[in-house]
Amino acid sequence: MPRRLPLTRRTLLAGATALGLATAFPATAQDGPIKIGLVAALSGQSAKSGEAITRGITLAMDKINAEGGVMGRQLELVSRDDESNPGKGLVAARELVQREGVAALIGGLDTPVSLAIVPFANEAKVPFMGPWAAGTPITMNGAEENYVFRVSAVDEIVDEAITEYLVSKYGAKKPGMILINNPWGESNEKGLMKALEKRGMEHAGIEKFENNDVDVVPQLTRLKENGADGLFLVANVAPSAQVVKSLDKMGWDVPVASHWGPAGGRFTELAGDSGEKVHFIQTFLFDSAEHPLYMKLTEKFPEVESLADVTPATGIGNAYDATLLLAAAIEAAGSTEGPAIREAMYTITGVEGVIKTYDTPFTPENHDALGPNDYIMSQFVKGEIIPIAD
Amino acid sequence: MTLLVTALVTGLGLGAMYGLIALGFQITYSVCSRVNFAQGSIVMLGAVLGYVLTQRAGLPVIVAYPLALAGCALMGMLVELLLVRPFANRGSEAWLMATVAGGILLDNAVLFTFGNEPRSLPSPLVGQTWQILGTGVYPQQLLIPVVAVGLAVALHVLFRKTRQGRALLAVVQNPEAARLMGINTTAMISGSFALSAVLAGVAGLLIAPLFSVHSDMGTLFGIKAFAVAILGGMTSASGVMLAGFIYGLVEALVTTYLGSSYTYIAVFALLIVVLAAKPNGLFGRAALRKV
Repeated sequence: MPRRLPLTRRTLLAGATALGLATAFPATAQDGPIKIGLVAALSGQSAKSGEAITRGITLAMDKINAEGGVMGRQLELVSRDDESNPGKGLVAARELVQREGVAALIGGLDTPVSLAIVPFANEAKVPFMGPWAAGTPITMNGAEENYVFRVSAVDEIVDEAITEYLVSKYGAKKPGMILINNPWGESNEKGLMKALEKRGMEHAGIEKFENNDVDVVPQLTRLKENGADGLFLVANVAPSAQVVKSLDKMGWDVPVASHWGPAGGRFTELAGDSGEKVHFIQTFLFDSAEHPLYMKLTEKFPEVESLADVTPATGIGNAYDATLLLAAAIEAAGSTEGPAIREAMYTITGVEGVIKTYDTPFTPENHDALGPNDYIMSQFVKGEIIPIAD
Repeated sequence: MTLLVTALVTGLGLGAMYGLIALGFQITYSVCSRVNFAQGSIVMLGAVLGYVLTQRAGLPVIVAYPLALAGCALMGMLVELLLVRPFANRGSEAWLMATVAGGILLDNAVLFTFGNEPRSLPSPLVGQTWQILGTGVYPQQLLIPVVAVGLAVALHVLFRKTRQGRALLAVVQNPEAARLMGINTTAMISGSFALSAVLAGVAGLLIAPLFSVHSDMGTLFGIKAFAVAILGGMTSASGVMLAGFIYGLVEALVTTYLGSSYTYIAVFALLIVVLAAKPNGLFGRAALRKV
């Protein structure tokens, strides 16, 4: 029979010392792995996004570690689930920095969660890399010393890009907006208004709808009656599908330029064949099953059987490149101290990612590695996302 | 003109849906003055079971849908047995919170088993549109009011003309006397929860092809349907059904003419005004306090 460990003062003291040591000097273990923290949605409705980011980071870390690591040390991923909840995300970020001693943080899909972490990252002087959430103020946060960087789309630039797309490709003069009724929709309303004002264009109305609205015909009919000759769509996959079904019912064939919401799931299954008419933005996609990163992905994660299993690939590609850039900055800094990494971010060049080769992707004025030229207008064809040929 | 027709078509379709779910609240409320706040989750359960049985198990609709509804009925009885009866027996009102919790539990159980990706339940009545006065309608949209009104009428007949229905009404009027007359009140109450859940399941199966199937699809329906049940006055099936149509029409008309930003503000403000003027709802009677 196992004897219960006697709880003496000595064991207590030893335990307390060990605990104290572990928390007081988390980052001083020079020869151990360099920890990178991930705060993303690993459960709940957005769990697929957390999975995609994890896969991207894992593939990048495998590559870096196989080539000898960073400063001769291996990279290690420590993940925490934010459940798409800003409060939980902030707690997780604190815990990763203060207890795990991560050298940098990587974020997830949800703009509100990232916005909650931004002030903490800047205060704690820990680099915070965003591979997905597109909210404009995440990187443009007004901090004097900004520790937030991003390899993803930015709402404001997306809005500019989809406006340009409707105008130049379809000659739209008076487009209407159909936006999800939440902060993401609002953020894009501002961006779209800015893009329209810049061109001196008017709009046919701004209509909102809810995640669980079944019928969006009344909103769309208003836009149609006001003479909309194109539509801007901002919503996640299921509500976007409701917009397409409602357009179908109305028999209204109008060009639709969308943020990347439809890429988040089985859009054409939900929306029907007309889902293929929606053109949306992506920062990365697998152009074929022979894509080198896709082949590595199927090797590492055998559960991936087809391209349809990894929609959207955007999260994987962005996270892959974000990890490479982070590693390059740590290597260049020669240190895992936040301020040194931040300075080094401005110096990195020649990092070969899957989206592009990054030459000075960041400057003190611009913390977004991707710009409008990196966006790809795409559509669904037979359940897969493919780029639109000009 | 198109605007008005569009608003009417949308409003009637959605209104019938709200009314159908609200009927479920009305039935249990009539029988035992309690409701199942997990009603919205049972709408979702009906749709999810319909999807799983037809799309994954490959059963024909004629077998799958009755099975799905049987599943809903079972869930309704479980809710009554586990979340309502234990509290009601002790005179506690905690069943209120217990059924809300039950709904959240069910939503999350489905999230973990069914998955977090919205799926689509196909129907032959969606895809082809019919043109009515210049606006397109899926036949499925017209099926909803037909089924809803049909079920409301059937319930009316059930209550008034059949032995079981009259027994239910006896329980409503005086549970003690009903028990003394040899009516199994426990079974009647359990049955009312099952029936209420079946109505929610029917609503789920009808709405799914127009919508998408996912674990939180029923939440908003449940809330709106409860508002409709209150608006209709909780006591009469026809009143609740009518209230459903009124709610759906107001919602669609506000969205069409004022814009979607005002929908919820206008609809719920109106609801408060109506209830202030008529505390028992549009068609309800004041409950007699039996001492």
